Amino acid sequence: MALIAEILFSILTGTALFLFGKNLLTIRRNILIGKAAFINDRPGDRWKQVLILALGQKKMFRNPLVAILHIFLYVGFIIINIELLEIIIDGITGSHRIFAPLLGSYYTILINSFEVLAALVLIACIIFYSRRNIIRLKRFISKDLNGWPRSDANIILITEVVLMSLFLIMNATDPATHFLISSYLKPLFNSFNENQLAGIEHTAWWIHIIGIYAFMNYLPYSKHLHIILAFPNAYYAPLEPKGKMHNMQSIQNEVLYAMQPEMAPTEATAPEKFGAKDVMDLSWKNLMDAYSCTECGRCSAACPANLTGKLLSPRKIMMSTRDRLEAVGKNIDTNKTFIADGKSLLHDYITVEELRACTTCNACVEECPVSISPMDIILELRRSLVMEESNAPAEWNGMFSNIENNFAPWKFSPDDRDAWTSQL
Amino acid sequence: MKVNTMAEFMAKGEQPEVLFWVGCAGSFDQRAQKITKAFATILDKAGVNYAILGKEEACTGDPARRAGNEFMFQMMAYQNIQVLNGYNIKKIVTTCPHCFNTLKNEYPVLGGNYEVIHHTQFLQELIEQGKIKITDSNEWKGKSITYHDSCYLGRANEIYEAPRKVLESLDMELREMKRCKSKGLCCGAGGAQMFKEEEKGDKRINTERADEALETKSDFVASACPFCNTMMTDGIKNRDEEVKTEVLDIAEIIAKAIQ
Repeated sequence: MALIAEILFSILTGTALFLFGKNLLTIRRNILIGKAAFINDRPGDRWKQVLILALGQKKMFRNPLVAILHIFLYVGFIIINIELLEIIIDGITGSHRIFAPLLGSYYTILINSFEVLAALVLIACIIFYSRRNIIRLKRFISKDLNGWPRSDANIILITEVVLMSLFLIMNATDPATHFLISSYLKPLFNSFNENQLAGIEHTAWWIHIIGIYAFMNYLPYSKHLHIILAFPNAYYAPLEPKGKMHNMQSIQNEVLYAMQPEMAPTEATAPEKFGAKDVMDLSWKNLMDAYSCTECGRCSAACPANLTGKLLSPRKIMMSTRDRLEAVGKNIDTNKTFIADGKSLLHDYITVEELRACTTCNACVEECPVSISPMDIILELRRSLVMEESNAPAEWNGMFSNIENNFAPWKFSPDDRDAWTSQL
Repeated sequence: MKVNTMAEFMAKGEQPEVLFWVGCAGSFDQRAQKITKAFATILDKAGVNYAILGKEEACTGDPARRAGNEFMFQMMAYQNIQVLNGYNIKKIVTTCPHCFNTLKNEYPVLGGNYEVIHHTQFLQELIEQGKIKITDSNEWKGKSITYHDSCYLGRANEIYEAPRKVLESLDMELREMKRCKSKGLCCGAGGAQMFKEEEKGDKRINTERADEALETKSDFVASACPFCNTMMTDGIKNRDEEVKTEVLDIAEIIAKAIQ
C-alpha cells in the first residue's frame, strides 16, 4: 500500500514537472516570435535593477501598506516552497518529516516560521480578495478585467487561502508535532481519534501537494506568471531615460542615402516593414512584457487618457498583446508554422482610437512594478499606422506637411522664426 | 537688447558659450514668445554669452516621431544635426522639454552629441552661482504657487528638483498638487496630442489637471514647458478662473524678480 502511494506520488511529481517545463518552453518560444533586440549592455546596472525592482519590489512601495501585504505573499511563497522539498522527499521515499531528525530543534524553528508566514499569507490574501470583491477598487472593477481575467485573479487568491489552510491543518493533525500557529488549531480536531487524525493529516498532505502541482501548471495560463518573469523583465528593462524612443536605423539610413547618395550601398536591400502591425513585429522584450503583466492596473489608474474616459487603457494594451501572442502560438502549434489567419494585433486586438489617445507621458511605464512599457507597444503600432497605412488624423497630416514645408508644426513662415528678437 | 545668431558669431570668428534653442512654440506661439523673451532677458542680464540659430533652427521632429512618422523625424534630425555640428555646438539650453528630450536623448545616436540642459536647470545654476540676483522686494514674495511637472522633464528625464529649487529661491509658498513629481498628471499635450483634437472621453485632460491645480488654491500655476502652459491656461479658462489664477513659466517669474 505504501509502495503504491510512493509510486503514485513519483508519477504525479514527474508529470507535474514535465507539463510545467513544457509550458514554459512554449512561452519561451512565443516570446521569441518577437523581433531580435540586443539588450545585454551594462550587466552591472541590470543586476542592480533585478535587485531593486524585482527582489526589492521598489515600485510596490509607492503604496507601502499594499507593498507589505504583497511582501508577505512573496516571501511566504518562496520560503514555504523550501518546505516543498521535504514534502517531495517524504512523498517519494515514504518517509515522514525527513528533515525533523536531521535538523533537531532547528526544524521546529523552521516550521514555526513557515507557519507564521502561512498565516500572514492567509491574511494578505483575504485583504486582497476583499479589495477586489468587497471594497471594489476602481482599477479592479474596470471593464478591462471582465470575464476570465477577473476570475483568474480570484482563483489565485482562493487557491492560496486553501493551500495555506491545508498546510496548517496538516501540521495541526500531526500528533507528534507542536508548532506555533497550528497548535492553536489542534482543539478543533479534539473529537477525532488517532486513526481519523492520521487520515485527515494524510488527506491534507495529499490535497496540499496536488494543489501546489495544479497551481504550478496553472501559472502559464494565468496573469500570475509574473512571479517568474518579473526577474528577467527587470534585468532587460531599459536603462536609458524614459523619454528616449527606439531609433529606426533603416529609416535613418534611407534619409542619409537620400541626402548623401554617395553613402548608399550599391545593392538594394529588401524594404523592411515599418513599425509593428502584429506581435511578430514587436521585440521579444515587448512580448515578455505581455507575459509578465499581472493585470494590476496601476498603469491605467495613472493614465491621463484612461482616467478622463478615453478608450485607451495601457493594461488592456498588454492583455491584448498577450491574447494575440497566444493565438499566434496556438496557430503555430496546430500548423507547425504560422499561417496567416486574417487577423493582426493592430485593428483586431488594439484599435486606432486607443492608440490615438496616448500622450506619451510615461505614467504607465513609471507605475509598472514589473518594468513593463505599454507605451513602447503603442508607439510601434502608431509607426505602422502612419508609415504603412498612411493612417493619421487630418490634423496630423497637416502638422507633418507644416514640418516639412515650414520647419514647424504650424503654418508660419520660417522667416518669422526670429521675429520675437525685434520685440525686445 | 540684441540677440545674436550663430551666423553672426561665426562671421566674427567667435563661439558663444551656449546655444539657446528656442523651439517652434517659443518662436511662433504668441504666448510662448513671452517665455522666450523673458528667458533671453535673463540671459542678457546675467551676462551669458549666448546665441540662437534664428532662421536656421527647425522643428526637432518630436511631434512627428511620436505620431509615428519616423521619416519626418529623421529628416528634421538630419538637417538640425548638420547645422549644429556645422557650428561646432557643444552646449544647448532650451525652454522646451520636448526639444530638450529629443536633443539630449535622441540625437546622439544620429551623430548629434551636445550637452543639453533645460532652462530651469540653467536658471538654478545662474542663481546658485550668483549670476542673477533675486531682489528682496520682488513681487512674488509670500505668494503661493503650484508647480505643474512636465512629463518630458519629469518622468522622461527625472528632472523634478531644478524647477522647484528656482521657485524656492523666490520665497514663494510652493504648494504641491495631489499628483506631483513622478506621479504628476500630464497636461494632455504630449505625444502630438497638441496638434489634434482629443479622443472622445468624459473629460478633457487639461481640465482634469487644471482642477487639480485650482484645488491647491494657489495664486499662480508655474509651468516649465510652452505646451503645458497652453494646456493649463486653457484648462483654467474653462473653469473661469483665469483672472484669479495665472499660469506662468518659471522664466517669466524669474525675469520679474531680478535686477
